Amino acid sequence: MEFIRFCFDGVKEIFRGGKLYWSWMGVLAVVALFGASAYLQQLQQGLVVTGMSDQVSWGIYIASFTSLVGIAAAAIMLIIPAYIFHDMDIKEIVIPAEGLAIAACVMSMMFVLIDLGRPDRMWHLLPYIGRFNFPKSMLAWDVLVLNVYLFLTMIISVYLLFSKYKGKEPKFSIYFPLVILSIFSALSIHTVTAFLFSSNVARSFWHTGLLAPRFIASAFSAGPAFFLLTALVMRYTKVFPVKEIAIKRLTTIITIALEINLFLLLAEVFTEFYHQTEHSASAAYLFFGLGGKTALVPWIWSSVFLNISALVIFVLPLKKNTIFLALACLFLVVGVWIEKGMGLVVPGFIPTPLGEVYEYTPTFIEVQISMGVWAIGLMLYTILAKISIAVNLERIRLT
Amino acid sequence: MSEKNNPAKTVETPENSDVSRRELFKKTAIAGTIAAAGAVSTTIAASNVESGGLSDALDEFFQKHYQEMSKEEMQKAIARLERKAKEKHGKEIHIGNTPPLEGVLFGYALNISKCKGYRKCVDACVAENNQNRDTTIQYIRVLELENESMNFEEADHYYDRETVPHTGKKYFPIQCQQCENPPCVTACPVEATWKEADGITVIDYNWCIGCRYCAAACPYWARKFNWSEPSIPEEKINPETHYLSNRPRMRGVMEKCTFCLQRTRKGKLPACLEACPTGARVFGNILDPKSEIRYVLENKKVFRLKEELNTEPKFWYYSD
Repeated sequence: MEFIRFCFDGVKEIFRGGKLYWSWMGVLAVVALFGASAYLQQLQQGLVVTGMSDQVSWGIYIASFTSLVGIAAAAIMLIIPAYIFHDMDIKEIVIPAEGLAIAACVMSMMFVLIDLGRPDRMWHLLPYIGRFNFPKSMLAWDVLVLNVYLFLTMIISVYLLFSKYKGKEPKFSIYFPLVILSIFSALSIHTVTAFLFSSNVARSFWHTGLLAPRFIASAFSAGPAFFLLTALVMRYTKVFPVKEIAIKRLTTIITIALEINLFLLLAEVFTEFYHQTEHSASAAYLFFGLGGKTALVPWIWSSVFLNISALVIFVLPLKKNTIFLALACLFLVVGVWIEKGMGLVVPGFIPTPLGEVYEYTPTFIEVQISMGVWAIGLMLYTILAKISIAVNLERIRLT
Repeated sequence: MSEKNNPAKTVETPENSDVSRRELFKKTAIAGTIAAAGAVSTTIAASNVESGGLSDALDEFFQKHYQEMSKEEMQKAIARLERKAKEKHGKEIHIGNTPPLEGVLFGYALNISKCKGYRKCVDACVAENNQNRDTTIQYIRVLELENESMNFEEADHYYDRETVPHTGKKYFPIQCQQCENPPCVTACPVEATWKEADGITVIDYNWCIGCRYCAAACPYWARKFNWSEPSIPEEKINPETHYLSNRPRMRGVMEKCTFCLQRTRKGKLPACLEACPTGARVFGNILDPKSEIRYVLENKKVFRLKEELNTEPKFWYYSD
């Protein structure tokens, strides 16, 4: 009964909001519809409307999926300090961060769905009902761990919020095991996503043991950066008084993870280029172009520039300035999105296993559909953050 | 060859109990899936414009995996697919279902000193296997390489076939290598692709979800995707087909070379071999000690592509 009232109050909260809230949601809804109409077109004509080909058979959809899995996993960088080390300042913002994890998880699943040639056959993936190639296929693993993680994150968030709603302390014996499980499953979603690529002997660019550590490091910098960016917005719009100390903690986490990520990237680049073998052709194509074909070169160098600029801001006192800090976060999110998407998924296909250099550029429809997914994800995140803030500030509680 | 080649080991036989359990799950799941069916009806509707039958659409939606269909279900599915193929292509099409032959493991060998790059094999393959004529789905890729080089990155994929052979060049046709350890099969999340007892990796086009993970996994670039609805002029349709190979495909699924199993399981030779004007190709049962392919494997200096990847191809190259 109490739980029903909690749900009811939560839903009511979604429909309460000022001009800013409604215009934000309105813009997102328009973008989402814009994306949906493009998706309809893709459904009718097939994936031929995208820039993908037999040569480059995954594009911006799988690229976005890959980076979003990282954003989803990164929530544990707040959960660990909050619930393992009982950092009260982080605890305050952990539930909105869980909201981001849920939204990112949903977005990453949507990106896989829109990439399918036969979305009508999705049910073939269901264990027992369909034929789930588990444990052999890494994609089957990914489907499994993503669902487990999404489920765990939802359970934890709802439980913590519901306790707060009732004005009670959450029970350690309930949330602690769940938190531990969710930490492992967060690590596993990004590790498995890395394995999805690194397990392919056919693609030497991906076939490196460093891929999973790199994925984790980049996720643990870009994920908290994404969250910090939204936290700064929340503070600026006076939606939620995020404490200075919490921002400082996040900045430290981001900086360390970013440094590790860049180190790993550098190690990879060194190994690829010291003796340029046939296996470094993809890296050569990515950074400098091959045979006069250079579509990815501007992408990767922007990513390098963005990552390094972010690092410079994060290590300098410049980060104390909110605008610079926000800028650094934005740079980092976009930089890592490129590094793991257009800079990792796409060059894996170029050259093809038969040595052909065939380029990929996303079409307008692809960009439109991707923007639609982002809009839906941001709407979801806004709603979840709004409810959790309302509960946190005791604007809604059991009376 | 290793024990991995034992055909008996490669046949998948789901236990009966497992099948009936799945059956039960499926039935209970149907109600739930109806809602999903509604959500995706646009897709179904789009692919069924020609037939317009709702029951056909539902039958297609719920069609089971190839290896799980009973004889009757298989017959019904084939009848429906033949009917729909006729509606779409305006021609009577026969979809066969010949099983793998006992004691047969297919192997292919190609003499690169004979290949002159005419690409007749490519044409014959497209005609035999009903590939989409709008896009350029081709199962065989012929690379033109410098005589002294094996570096594919320097190969010309689009050389002028009218003027071949070019001096100082060699020609290297590549198609599905029918691996004994196929990475594509491991990759597929829904078991829509598997290796048959005769060593041929096949796809159930009605089960593939079109994620293209197999294409990423294949070291030989052998798997091709139907990015759009395939279209073939009526007079170009090859009506003699097999469920697992050259039957008409639909948009959004993978396809690949099957060593023409619609022919080879009936004792005929692959279309690419018959079309080769220089006699560079040798095909046969590698379990038969008297076969020509065995002669080549035992007496020529053969090699395989990317052997270091542990894929164990059943496609060999050699030169005189």
